[in-house]
Amino acid sequence: MTDLIDILISASFWAAVIRIASPLILATMGELICERAGILNLGIEGIMVVGAFTGWLAVYQGMPLWGGVAVAMAAGMLFGLLHATLTIPFGLSQHVVGLGVTLLATSTSSFAYRLALPEVTSPPKIVPFQPLDVPVFSDIPFLGEVLFTQTAFTWFAFTVAVLVSLVLFRTPLGLAIRAAGENPSAVEAQGLSVTGLRMGAVIVGSGLMAMGGAFLTLSAFSSFFFEMVNGRGWICVALVVFGAWMPGKAALGAILFAAFDALQIRLQQTPLGADLPYQVFLMAPYVLSILALILMSRRAEVPAALMTAYNKGER
Amino acid sequence: MTDKNAQAEEFVLRLDGISKRFGALTANSGISLGLRRGEVIALLGENGAGKTTLMNILFGHYVADEGTVEVFGEPLPPGNPRAALAAGVGMVHQHFTLADNLSVIDNITLGTESLWSRGNGRAAARARIKALSRDFGLAVHPDARVGSLSVGERQRVEILKALYRDARILILDEPTAVLTPQETDALFDTLRRAIAAGLSIIFISHKLHEVIAIADRCIVLRHGKVVGEVDTHSTDRAKLASMMVGGEIALPEAEARAPGPALLRLNHVSTRAKGTATGLRQVTLDLCSGQIIGLAGVSGNGQAALADLVSGLVRPDQGSIEIGGRQPIVWSPREALRHRIARIPEDRHKTGTISDFNLTENAVLEGYSCPPFSRRGWMNWRAAESFAKDIIAKYDVRCQGPAQRIRLLSGGNMQKLILGRVLEPTPKIILANQPVRGLDVGAIAYVHSRLIAARDAGAAVLLISEDLDEIQSLSDVIHVMSEGRLSPGFARGSMTAAELGLWMAGQGFEGGEDAA
Repeated sequence: MTDLIDILISASFWAAVIRIASPLILATMGELICERAGILNLGIEGIMVVGAFTGWLAVYQGMPLWGGVAVAMAAGMLFGLLHATLTIPFGLSQHVVGLGVTLLATSTSSFAYRLALPEVTSPPKIVPFQPLDVPVFSDIPFLGEVLFTQTAFTWFAFTVAVLVSLVLFRTPLGLAIRAAGENPSAVEAQGLSVTGLRMGAVIVGSGLMAMGGAFLTLSAFSSFFFEMVNGRGWICVALVVFGAWMPGKAALGAILFAAFDALQIRLQQTPLGADLPYQVFLMAPYVLSILALILMSRRAEVPAALMTAYNKGER
Repeated sequence: MTDKNAQAEEFVLRLDGISKRFGALTANSGISLGLRRGEVIALLGENGAGKTTLMNILFGHYVADEGTVEVFGEPLPPGNPRAALAAGVGMVHQHFTLADNLSVIDNITLGTESLWSRGNGRAAARARIKALSRDFGLAVHPDARVGSLSVGERQRVEILKALYRDARILILDEPTAVLTPQETDALFDTLRRAIAAGLSIIFISHKLHEVIAIADRCIVLRHGKVVGEVDTHSTDRAKLASMMVGGEIALPEAEARAPGPALLRLNHVSTRAKGTATGLRQVTLDLCSGQIIGLAGVSGNGQAALADLVSGLVRPDQGSIEIGGRQPIVWSPREALRHRIARIPEDRHKTGTISDFNLTENAVLEGYSCPPFSRRGWMNWRAAESFAKDIIAKYDVRCQGPAQRIRLLSGGNMQKLILGRVLEPTPKIILANQPVRGLDVGAIAYVHSRLIAARDAGAAVLLISEDLDEIQSLSDVIHVMSEGRLSPGFARGSMTAAELGLWMAGQGFEGGEDAA
């Protein structure tokens, strides 16, 4: 018990929470935009792999770090375009297309990795984003270590969450995107293009997902390996539900999940960790997430037109 | 001034030679019409005559195969709702195009500002909506969630959407189908104010008295063609009806008969609300043999709960059901079927049939688990097919044969098959929920005459409908539902439509809120 309290009051624990939450927040915002426009994007897991790989490769080939982020975003948008084209104008099943995009994106990444680096056995490293040492602020006890030793990419992720919230709820564009997810006919009747709005949302959302993936290679770890996304995409799909399709709540959910994750790593090193199989700890964040999901999402309001294709002029 | 300009002044809207085909079906064929400033024209026609298709072409939802649309003398690009809105055309759709989870103000301002702007803020929009509400008599709270509004209020939001965009031409597609008579009067008041403000209106309907009440000119469509144009001040309902149908149709007459014993009794039954659907509040009702019991009311006031209760899908939370003189131990759909309660479902596409099943399979959807259609757990398809063939012959179902998939049938033929499925086993109680919705006049007359025949053979018919005319012409006893409460029974002819309308609006019920 005292171990647990020690962990919870340590600044390094909370710094880790923020760090682990960052890629989840980026990808969750991406998924949230797609779903608000009425499209379930199950390509998220694969698109994160693509982002992680392309971002890393670009930097490995000598591009600056932000250049790597931009490359990852562009690659994600490309897969987003594929997903959007199949699900929106063609109106194919969003589940099937999403899983297909995930499979395609994951295997394309590993194929390209083998092509690019045929003779490497251990994954090569790059120099990742470094912690931003904000003068004065980083000297504040506790808070300084938690908040002001993070990388610029983390700051970027949290800024994105705020921006997504502002755009969705404070601008005509956000209203139109939400309406496309609630009732596409209403959007059409007001002279807007449902196809355009939905495609835009899926493409931009996929770009964010890929940036979430790139965070893993460019900020968290410094090399690329195949299993690194490891179900984070699926967690983000759940986080959108957990957050009841609200950006703020979803970001909080990401932080909560990150806290469980950071906690289990640390608990493994306590005496308790010696007694229990380590798999129990690995499992804990997911089990707790499922419980939280059940508690939180019972009264959530799903976008009414989520997963319904819209074909203009059909009767 | 040239000739062309003079013409443009006369007509604010001209449709010229509009044709539209959906596969083999010709929905519109060479339709031309013009609308003058400050004028109300009515488009009259049966379901499927092509009224809605024509208006959807005008508004840009569909692209016409042939023909042109001119608004204020300028041609309108096809298939572009945005251009139609910009030209001043506003449309109030039959199925409202509103997002339920968004507020009134969000629904109205959606798409009125550039997507790449920050927006002008809600204060200005709210003030404008309030001013429009006041000027046109469209009371609705701008910040209310649309999902929480009544049907009448939602329609006001649809009209406000058009007015907010400065529409000069207003198209209303079957606007009164979902309104009480009083709400209809309020709508007509709004429309008169709009005309006074210089708008022009196209009013789509198949209700003759409304067309005569509001329109200056009436254009009658049949099978996608204009079959006549009349000045409504110099015509009457009978003339319009025969133009619409293309000949006289003998409407079935239901003569009053003495009721038999009560087959099903509900004693002070209450049920819980299910999601957004209203529950029942202390409903007491007798379904007597040889009687048509009409249930009037705006949809969503508990009719669905009552239908579910009678068909066994829902059990009473309070009160009791008595069937055949005793209370059933467990009330379930199986029990209801056992007591020979048959139902014509409200939505024949969703719950009445399985679209991809063929006619034989659909004909035995209810009786499939009983002999002769199945024995010892095996289907007897031969018996099922001969049953389907019987129905096809007796009820004049126009189809290729029992193996055809039912989705390929027209609404009227689909309904005839359902009717056969329901009536052939000679049920004791028939639950007819909106039995003629979306059917043409001929099919309506057929369904009604079959229901009357079933009544005369001793069945109790519970007729649920939003159409007061239908209720009044068929029912021996009329009850009105409002917010889950049931009015006392009114004998045939004892109430006018306006009096029933007051009950529909919730007036006259005892106890009010406490009755639950």
